[in-house]
Amino acid sequence: MVKRSNEPFWWALFGAGGVVAALCLPALLFMTGVAFPLEWLAAPDYESLYGLFENPLVRLAILAIVSLSAFHWAHRFRFTLYDGLHIKHLNAPVALFCYGSAIAFTGFAALSLYTF
Amino acid sequence: MSNSGLQPTIDLEVYRYRPEQQAEPTYDTFTVPLRDEWVILDALNYIKDELDGSLSYRWSCRMGVCGSCGMMANGEPVLTCAAFLKSYAPGSIRVEPLANFPVARDLIISMDDFMEKMNRIQPWIITDEEKPLEEGEYLQTPDQVDEYKQFSMCINCLLCYSACPIYGMEPSFIGPAAIALAQRYNLDSRDHGQETRMDILSTDDGIWQCTFVGECSEVCPENVDPAGAIQRYKVTSTNDWWKSKLLPWTSKQ
Ligand code: FES
Repeated sequence: MVKRSNEPFWWALFGAGGVVAALCLPALLFMTGVAFPLEWLAAPDYESLYGLFENPLVRLAILAIVSLSAFHWAHRFRFTLYDGLHIKHLNAPVALFCYGSAIAFTGFAALSLYTF
Repeated sequence: MSNSGLQPTIDLEVYRYRPEQQAEPTYDTFTVPLRDEWVILDALNYIKDELDGSLSYRWSCRMGVCGSCGMMANGEPVLTCAAFLKSYAPGSIRVEPLANFPVARDLIISMDDFMEKMNRIQPWIITDEEKPLEEGEYLQTPDQVDEYKQFSMCINCLLCYSACPIYGMEPSFIGPAAIALAQRYNLDSRDHGQETRMDILSTDDGIWQCTFVGECSEVCPENVDPAGAIQRYKVTSTNDWWKSKLLPWTSKQ
């Protein structure tokens, strides 16, 4: 029997990252880039944001958003390098670098949010 | 476009390769009448009848059904029986064999690789058990037919393989048409071959080579949308992968 690929694991993270980024980024851009400066909406102050972050569920959600976005980047960047530069022979180090960066970034984000 | 007398003409730069005569391909330029109703295939037939009978190329139906007349026209894979000369005028048309395939002769490519891949995905209805004849037909609702109908329109013209940059780089990639054809059977309510085909499609040479460039669906003359088929199958394959890791006891292998 042929070996099935483990690509679905990375692809699922890639897909999930694409979805959360596509949902959150426009909203974030709209609020911080348009709505707050033009005072359509009142910008939250530091204390209320801080208070929001006290809630572990909020931190978990933030972690999911940034980590999945990082995996989205990793997968896309891997194939950009792989197909764009025709460096098939470097497949393993490229994958290690891309997904490794996303894993390291997730660890860093988790630590920051934990010790926050 | 130039004018010789009253009849406007157009130049075709045609790729020539006759393995018994030449080691490297060359180009021959032919001037043919530019008629409103003529397609590239008509121009090639004119060349063969009037100018150079040794030109070799494939064609049959002349109406976009048989899928045998695919070639590169100015670098784009097209069905030459559906590509009008006038849409290229003024200017010449460079006619070459389909990209990404070995050339057998002139404009004729070798299809062996595709034939092997098409066979590999078992493009027929696989049933666990044949129903006895007296039980009648295998009925399908119109909705069940719609599930796979689009993927059944493929005419094996191979334009999608020529357009696919991944196939160009990785000839082991099973490729757009073969995957779309696999989906044509996978999505058929009468078929039970999904598991068998997954072993072929869910490999590194299967769908996972694809990075969703989408060129295959752009050039497809039948709107089969192989890119959509692959994307859809990635979801199926991913679900199956997570199921086999998280709920290994439900997996049949
Ligand atoms: S000759 Fe049949 S598709 Fe063009």
